[in-house]
Amino acid sequence: MLAFIIRRLVQAVIVMLTVAFIAFMLFQYVGDPVTNLLGQDATPEQRAQLRADLGLDAPFPIQFARFVGNAVRGEFGLSLRQGRTVSSLIVERFPATVELAMVAAVIALAAGIPMGVYAALRRGRFGSQLLMMVSLLGVSLPTFLIGILLILFFAVVLNILPSFGRGETVALGSWTTGWLTVDGWRHLVLPAITLSVFQLALIMRLVRAEMLEVLRTDYIKFARARGITDRSVYFGHALKNTLVPVITITGLQLGALIAFAIITETVFQWPGMGLLFIQAVQFADIPVMAAYLCLIALIFVLINLFVDLLYFAVDPRLRVERPAAAH
Amino acid sequence: MALFLDGDLWFSFKHSPTAVLAAIIATVCIVCAVFANWIAPHNPFDLATLDLIDSRLPPAWLEGGSTKYLLGTDDQGRDILSALMYGSRISLLVGLASVALSVLIGVGLGLLSGFVGGSIDAFIMRVCDVMLSFPSILVALLIDGIGRALFPNAHDTLAFSVLVFAIALTGWVQYARTVRGSTMVERNKEYVQAARVIGVASWRVMFRHVLPNVLGPVLVLATIQIAGAIITEATLSFLGVGVPPTSPSLGTLIRIGQDFLFSGEWWITIFPGAMLVLIALSVNLLGDWLRDALNPRLR
Repeated sequence: MLAFIIRRLVQAVIVMLTVAFIAFMLFQYVGDPVTNLLGQDATPEQRAQLRADLGLDAPFPIQFARFVGNAVRGEFGLSLRQGRTVSSLIVERFPATVELAMVAAVIALAAGIPMGVYAALRRGRFGSQLLMMVSLLGVSLPTFLIGILLILFFAVVLNILPSFGRGETVALGSWTTGWLTVDGWRHLVLPAITLSVFQLALIMRLVRAEMLEVLRTDYIKFARARGITDRSVYFGHALKNTLVPVITITGLQLGALIAFAIITETVFQWPGMGLLFIQAVQFADIPVMAAYLCLIALIFVLINLFVDLLYFAVDPRLRVERPAAAH
Repeated sequence: MALFLDGDLWFSFKHSPTAVLAAIIATVCIVCAVFANWIAPHNPFDLATLDLIDSRLPPAWLEGGSTKYLLGTDDQGRDILSALMYGSRISLLVGLASVALSVLIGVGLGLLSGFVGGSIDAFIMRVCDVMLSFPSILVALLIDGIGRALFPNAHDTLAFSVLVFAIALTGWVQYARTVRGSTMVERNKEYVQAARVIGVASWRVMFRHVLPNVLGPVLVLATIQIAGAIITEATLSFLGVGVPPTSPSLGTLIRIGQDFLFSGEWWITIFPGAMLVLIALSVNLLGDWLRDALNPRLR
């Protein structure tokens, strides 16, 4: 198990270094920082001086090492468009995205798992067929269309929910939260549902498929033969065994949620990191793009690592020392 | 053609109502898009024919609508139906071009990876792993962003190329993996060994002998990917980083229309959205059918 963890850690570090390298190349070769700072009219001496001051004349590996060192401390320089440090922008936007993604994940799990179990147990009946059709639509509709439809229905036709912004927020130190006010929750409903639809449909289909698989096994037949109640067979025996793939996919999808939040945040003008990133792409704001890239990569790598470790907690078979069990 | 009509594929197509329906819808969409110049009732880009008096008209069947503009008009008096046709043309064009490019990259690298093996194989597969661990929309956005930073004053054609490139570079991984798998199987078969024994050059073995035998799954994947590429394009355009605004695709139309939701002009955004779903869904269903029809185990 230790060897497995170490191998995963090494992989994680390699992925992070690769991403950092891409971000570094962005800084290095896209747009000239010296021209950005001095303007077109600077003399060659001034340019050389600034180049030396910024450490741009150092050899390539040393510059990369400096970049990684700064990145680890969260320093990505100034945003070209807003003139503020990138780290302060990210710190300001981070809570909005995390709160949105977490609520969406809870909705997807809390609705997706029971719906999947229902669709598996009532296979072939009308209700479950309907669920499957709706979920197919959920997987194939583009996220931004779902958001627009929700806005049209709840904000324009019924006029009961707001459609943009975070509403009233409360500051807890540097963390602003919309969870403590009614207005914040009202603003959260539509974006969170929009963001969760795809994951919800995915989790539901996955739970259904896994449940059908498990319900066919001998182990369930024996449980029934021993006279255990249906309820206990379904939830104590069957559902528990479907959870390993569900955890994997959900965990991996948590990262996807933060990435897909880019689209949801644009539809609802939600002031999170995704909106920041989109504006950075529109204006070719390299420092913000690089910082967002590194942060997202870090989140993805951490989630992947965490999911791998969670396997050990859920599936006792993996704890047995076996080289083949590592995959 | 006669051979095709007698074949298994045509038989299974005729007996699948979903596939026939999807094919009809897809064909209608494609014909409308390709011949938009001739069959569209108006030219939405011809400023001379636009009239602001006709702006924001509802669809013909609603009160105040006119049969001149069947699906209504937008804020500048452009006919929505015509804008849809021109928009789908751009969506389809970008979708097809990017899938073609990613097939080219993916099949090439997959073939190389599976045929040569060794450290080239290991390197290409690690790149695939890293690409797959990030959602495709994120990768596409990033490449698009880099492209924008590299060519800040890009004119329209260049902007298109950047977009196609961004979508293509996110899609090639799946082709590479599929082709690599089948190539490794084919590589050890007798016909390949025979070709080598009689002294055929290895690049020739690769392209003339192995390649035709690994293309089946690629065809299926490409069909399904077209729908994905169209949706990615629409998403990027919706986010405002896709096609240039002078030639709006379906995604751009949805983006423009979103501003008019609150004044009640839902048709400006809902019709392009419906068109997008229609195209994506019909292409997807065709892909599903093709996958089942080409799978010998399901026959």
